Amino acid sequence: MNRHSLTRAFSLLIRRDLILAMRHRAEMVNPLLFFILVTSLFPLGIGANPNLLQAVGPGVIWVAALLAALLSLDGVFRSDFEDGTLEQYLLSSHPVSLLVLAKVLAHWLITGLPLLLISPLLGVFLGLPPAGIRILFITLLLGTPVLSLIGAVGVALTVGLRKGGMILSLLVLPLYIPLLIFASSAVDTAAAGLSVTAHLSLIAALLVLALSLSPFATAAALRISLS
Amino acid sequence: MSNTGTNPFFLEARELECIRDDRTLFRNLEFRLEAGQALLLEGRNGSGKTSLLRILCGIRLPDSGMIAWCGADIQRLGADYYQHTAYVGHRDGIKLDLTPMENLAMARALGRPSEMTFEAALARVDLFGFEDVLTRNLSAGQQRRLALARLLVTDATLWILDEPFTSLDVHGIRVIEELLEAHTLRGGMLAVTSHHAVNLHRTTVHRINLSA
Repeated sequence: MNRHSLTRAFSLLIRRDLILAMRHRAEMVNPLLFFILVTSLFPLGIGANPNLLQAVGPGVIWVAALLAALLSLDGVFRSDFEDGTLEQYLLSSHPVSLLVLAKVLAHWLITGLPLLLISPLLGVFLGLPPAGIRILFITLLLGTPVLSLIGAVGVALTVGLRKGGMILSLLVLPLYIPLLIFASSAVDTAAAGLSVTAHLSLIAALLVLALSLSPFATAAALRISLS
Repeated sequence: MSNTGTNPFFLEARELECIRDDRTLFRNLEFRLEAGQALLLEGRNGSGKTSLLRILCGIRLPDSGMIAWCGADIQRLGADYYQHTAYVGHRDGIKLDLTPMENLAMARALGRPSEMTFEAALARVDLFGFEDVLTRNLSAGQQRRLALARLLVTDATLWILDEPFTSLDVHGIRVIEELLEAHTLRGGMLAVTSHHAVNLHRTTVHRINLSA
């Protein structure tokens, strides 16, 4: 019975966050718009040389994805903190780490998934070859959840601070760097026609690592922020 | 275990101490709360009422001493303690962009569900007919009553309430007092801070004045 109510709380929390996102569409669209704008400004800035664009494309898309994620992160716990619902999670009879996982999953569905879906289009825009676009999609599929999971730890630590944005970037960006390196080099390698199994395995490993550790770290950080 | 009727629960504070910004708010605070009893915290602003309630919730750690639920430290009990508690803090803990029904559904899912339907819970706090209005469009007093309706949709024994009467009118205060009294008469426990006089005539009320 207890397990049943946990799955119920888990799914209800995700659904609630999706409903809230639908009622605040602007917040949902902002990171996506940012992602599209940044990537589409690059060809204008550095000139429409196909070879050049192909060379910088994967890096540009990934950097933009990373910054878009960072932009949206603050929303994960901010409003819950302000209206007191965050306290209610900590005082619930369910494991906080699992409720946190539901929050992060909802965040990914709201900000990560649209980004993922639009990425092939931006790949075409930057003149990436089909093989590169395919791998770009896979790296984003594996990588954007990692962005949300790692970011959640940083947000949980800074949610109690009035101006936590700057500290949040300083905390989180260094942890994003390994992902950025593996992901953009995977796309480059694929575009050159070589095997990327090693890269993808490493990114998948990062995802498993973040998935298993981040909810616990986030739950602990929330306790610190609220006490 | 104590024997107070059918409900064996009890809450104890042992040698509690709370220090905030180098100021000792209270020290060697002890009390014992049994089923059907209420704890009323009094004191000036900043005397540590909210801090004590947050310690009772386990959100804040006491600087020394402990809170025990049926003899066990609440910090060790964790979820085993939280299934018996419900907290309405200074902030309402409801989402302004959800309807009262959606808010109550979430509140119920987070705790141990009670038998009461959402409509019945809303009716108890005089919010019948507001099921599908966005909470943002309710008045401050109505939002507060919705926050208190959360208490009814979970089956908690210990209600921890921080200034439950904030922004309520005279009628609203009476409604909530009836709610609290009904809870203690059923064997529930209360820990309440309030600036208003709390009229619980048929309940054993322990008063602790933190300014004294």
